[in-house]
Amino acid sequence: MNTPRTLRLNAESEASRLPPLLVRAEHLAGTVLLGEHGRRRAGMGDDFWQYRPVQLGDSRRMIDWRRSARSDNEFVREREWQVAQSVMLWVDASASMRFTSNTSHPEKSDRARLIALAASILLIKGGERVGVTGTDLPPRRGRAQVLRLAEHFSHNADVEYGVPEARAMLPHARALFISDFMGDIDAVEQALTKAADRGVRGALMQVLDPAEESFPFHGRTIFESAGKTLRYETLKANDLRDKYLEKLAARKDALRHLCSVTGWQFTTHHTDASAQTALLWLHRALEQSA
Amino acid sequence: MIGALGFTAPWLLLGLIALPILWVLLRAVPPAPIRRIFPSVTLLLGLKDDEQVSDRTPWWLLLLRMLALAALIIGLAGPVLNPRSDEIGRGPLLIAIDASWASAPDWPTRIDMMDRVLRDTARAGRTAAILNLSAPEQVTFQSATEVQSTLAGLNPSAWEPSHSAQSIEPLLSDDAFDTVWLSDEIARDTRNDIVGLFTSKGALRVLNAPSTPIALAPARFESGVTILEARRATNGPAQTVQAEVHGKDPAGAPRILARADIVFENSAKTAIAEVSLPAELRARITHFALAGVRSAGAVTLSDDSLRRREVALIAGREDREGLELLSPLHYLRQALQPNAELLEGSLLDILPAAPDVVILADVATIAPAEKAALTDWVEEGGLLVRFAGSRLAGSDVSRSSEDMLMPVRLRAGGRTVGGAMSWGTPKALAPFTEDSPFFGLPLAGDVDVSSQVMAQPDPTLAARVIASLSDGTPLVTRKPLGEGQIVLFHVTANAEWSSLPLSGLFVSMLDRLAISSLAGDQQASGLEGTTWKPIRVVNGFGRIADADTLPGVAGERLFDDPLGPDLQPGLYEGKARQIARNLISAETVLNVASWPVGTDIRQMQTRPETPFGGILLSLALALLMIDIVASLAMSGRLRGAIVGIGALLLLNFPADAQQDAFALAASSELVLGHVITRNADVDRVAEAGLFGLSQTLFFHTSIEPADPVGIDLETDELAFFPLLYWPITPDQPAPSANAYSKLNAYLRSGGMILFDTRDADIARFGAASPNGRKLQSLAAPLDIPPLEPLPADHVLTRTFYLLQDFPGRHTARDVWLEAAPKNAERVEGMPFRNLNDGVSPVVIGGNDWAAAWAMDARGSSMFPIGRGFAGERQRELAYRFGVNLVMHVLTGNYKSDQVHVPALLDRLGQ
Repeated sequence: MNTPRTLRLNAESEASRLPPLLVRAEHLAGTVLLGEHGRRRAGMGDDFWQYRPVQLGDSRRMIDWRRSARSDNEFVREREWQVAQSVMLWVDASASMRFTSNTSHPEKSDRARLIALAASILLIKGGERVGVTGTDLPPRRGRAQVLRLAEHFSHNADVEYGVPEARAMLPHARALFISDFMGDIDAVEQALTKAADRGVRGALMQVLDPAEESFPFHGRTIFESAGKTLRYETLKANDLRDKYLEKLAARKDALRHLCSVTGWQFTTHHTDASAQTALLWLHRALEQSA
Repeated sequence: MIGALGFTAPWLLLGLIALPILWVLLRAVPPAPIRRIFPSVTLLLGLKDDEQVSDRTPWWLLLLRMLALAALIIGLAGPVLNPRSDEIGRGPLLIAIDASWASAPDWPTRIDMMDRVLRDTARAGRTAAILNLSAPEQVTFQSATEVQSTLAGLNPSAWEPSHSAQSIEPLLSDDAFDTVWLSDEIARDTRNDIVGLFTSKGALRVLNAPSTPIALAPARFESGVTILEARRATNGPAQTVQAEVHGKDPAGAPRILARADIVFENSAKTAIAEVSLPAELRARITHFALAGVRSAGAVTLSDDSLRRREVALIAGREDREGLELLSPLHYLRQALQPNAELLEGSLLDILPAAPDVVILADVATIAPAEKAALTDWVEEGGLLVRFAGSRLAGSDVSRSSEDMLMPVRLRAGGRTVGGAMSWGTPKALAPFTEDSPFFGLPLAGDVDVSSQVMAQPDPTLAARVIASLSDGTPLVTRKPLGEGQIVLFHVTANAEWSSLPLSGLFVSMLDRLAISSLAGDQQASGLEGTTWKPIRVVNGFGRIADADTLPGVAGERLFDDPLGPDLQPGLYEGKARQIARNLISAETVLNVASWPVGTDIRQMQTRPETPFGGILLSLALALLMIDIVASLAMSGRLRGAIVGIGALLLLNFPADAQQDAFALAASSELVLGHVITRNADVDRVAEAGLFGLSQTLFFHTSIEPADPVGIDLETDELAFFPLLYWPITPDQPAPSANAYSKLNAYLRSGGMILFDTRDADIARFGAASPNGRKLQSLAAPLDIPPLEPLPADHVLTRTFYLLQDFPGRHTARDVWLEAAPKNAERVEGMPFRNLNDGVSPVVIGGNDWAAAWAMDARGSSMFPIGRGFAGERQRELAYRFGVNLVMHVLTGNYKSDQVHVPALLDRLGQ
């Protein structure tokens, strides 16, 4: 499940089910790389946009002689300005993600990486540049980037809970954070506000195991974190259920609030649900945030 | 030892003291937690449990564990119910046992008791021996286990242990030994002496049985009822025993003929019951027994006294045809029929059958040979009864000198009184004298005698008269001859001379004369010098067995000698009669044994010693199992365990579900099937072919099949498929015997198999091709009728399309199917023969139809057939053959019946 090849194979099969995800560019702001998204204005690109009369300052080379020959004025052929968007991914690789309560559904990290890579493939097919936050893998386009991403996602981190990486974010890029967000919520807040400061908007996807949602435990239990650094002992786990669910809801509320403040999208995905729904949601979320 | 409870290791019970300490210890230890990896633990941090109760083990779980532990400790301490009492003595141990009939009812208890005593003896390393007082033998002390193995061969005897101390003493060793005496509690004279003998050798303990012996005395017959008397040794409380009368039913099978309750009054030692049985039944009785008592004492055999006697009737004149009431034998027959076996015939024929009684009714002269035989027979104990009559009166028999076979001399002519031509009135009977066998019979007032033969006055006459008339003339006379006797009735046996045969007295007189039954006076006298052969003997348990090889017994010993191994109770047969020697005689009195003062007497321990430590240990185990479940429940792990067990149980279901799904798929719509050959290409083509045929049927006919199914002959049910397509490959595995039986059942119940060798060759019936040979070997175990090439008028040629050719990928002409019956003939004017009724179970061909039919999912054909348009035509014909075939399977000979339509129309006059 974790080798780059199988991960990519699964991701490709997920990605093949959706039409190419086209992220609309809204702002140009700095990233002037040509892409297939028409910016609905004249600029550099391949596709025809409009003819306009020659203005002062236009060089003779810019005149479209074929069009100009049909009238008395000279015209310049303008092309649509096409840009490519940069999408920055952060997928939590920490120990807490490597958990599943049941062999019938995958680990949280597997699901998170699958969704992330599927989204990247869609984006890359749409001509976007996809990279990873931080300095490891800057946004690039092309099939080779998919391989690099897959390779990057196959690494596990040793830390107990992941902290969103908000460094080296391109201004006005898109971002996608996938994690269980069970770690320190302040770090998430910092990362999001930092991203918002740079005009980066995106989506936050919380991946949870069904057991974490339903808390189906009974009797005397010692709960340990995946790295075994944290532990909590209860004598009646079933009595704890309501309290736990309250706290989980509070955590989700906090994340949702954070997102709405910073203009991000938020969702919770469970590993027993279909990855397709998560990808569809991402599709729509990235469209809206664009 | 506490009452009936003892412990083998009582010190272990001290462990119970530790229980309270354990209680405290266990209370402090909470149930072990489960460790779970749970990333969301961060959310839990800071939460608190509501209650702290579960910190400690709940009291009921503690109690459970305490109980388990207590059961364990007590179980290990070796508790024993009814522990054995102590042993006796230290030296060799002699077990004396009465082993009489009185021991038989609780014999297993005695054997158990001895077994237990011997086991203890063996454990103590002592030697032992058994002395059977009913059949004493030389006593040798052996190891107790050795003796134990002989117990199985020990059986109670059917007689009393009558050996005296003097006769037993030589059998015992001179050394000292201790004795355990298992007594049967019946008083005997020899007992005290034997007690003295045993106590002189060592310690003596007497073990008494808990039950008192009960016995059945021989049955008596008094005034028509059978009297059964039961006796018991103690005068205990009121008691009811049931007596059974055993006998044979008319078919000769042993039956219980009657039952009677014998009720002992309180403190009565004897009790009687009266059983009234018809003479018919009484004659069939074999023995009496007390129900449910296995003992020789509870059985008493019956003998000749009850046997049905054989009476030979011989009349002087037999020629009075039609006058039944005047027949001299009529009244005798009526009187004797119920009780006796009647023999009729000539004397010489009858005598070898050894009848008990011969009755001669008005027979005057007897041929010399007959006379000699008859005399011999009477002298051996026969009873000859003669009746007078006109012949006897008119003859010279016993006239001048007394005939050997007549009790008296007769006067000539006899006399007639009270008739029309005579003086006087008919004479009545005089009362019977005391020495007459008829003494005591009530005189019937209406008996009168009008004629009689007269006895000559004689010195011996008075002694021979046993009944006389009121005027003193003899009516019945008797004389002994040898062991037998001769009786003469001086009147006729019918009502001609007297009304005696009409009265009830006649029957009673016959009875008294022991004609109808033997009122046996069984005495030893007269038995000297005779030998009696045992026929059946009773063993100690009261079971009656054939006395196969037992030697005969001298007659003088038969009644008086004490019973023993050489005179066993049973049924003995002499020359002419059977005598029963029963264990309990009429005089036997049962009493309880009285032991000398100071004898160590104990009750036999009937309840066996039962160690129940095992039960307690398993109880402890069960409690611990409950504890496991309870602990799991406490720590929240029970759910997982239940789910696991449930999953294990569920694993069994899928196979059934799969079969159900197959049955549903195959039977909810019409489905064509093909046999899976394990050759992937062939199977694929077969499936595609049937798919193509199904499609064709769907579009062209009203048959709308679902997608075809591949059938595994070994596992799948065939009954859902009207048609099986079976392509032959040379290497396909032959079906198992089970599959063949399924196939045969399928063929017999109307299924059809289309065999396709796919090589266009089978039509020539050449086994040359590998497919042909394979087909022959595959089809050999199948129940296939005689075959013939498809005739031109077969119904298959017209079930839907009119066809004469049946091409597939090949165009071989011949297709084989079930031959038409021999007598099928073409009727004048009919286009077709009236062929066989059903569907041909097989169709065999080699045209590779599946390839021609094969159609892929888009409906285009998969294989090219022939060339150009002719090829397409060939494919079309192949489809038509398929349609005809399925039609034939589904409609049978429906199209065949159409040939009758012209004839029907003709008959209707249209």
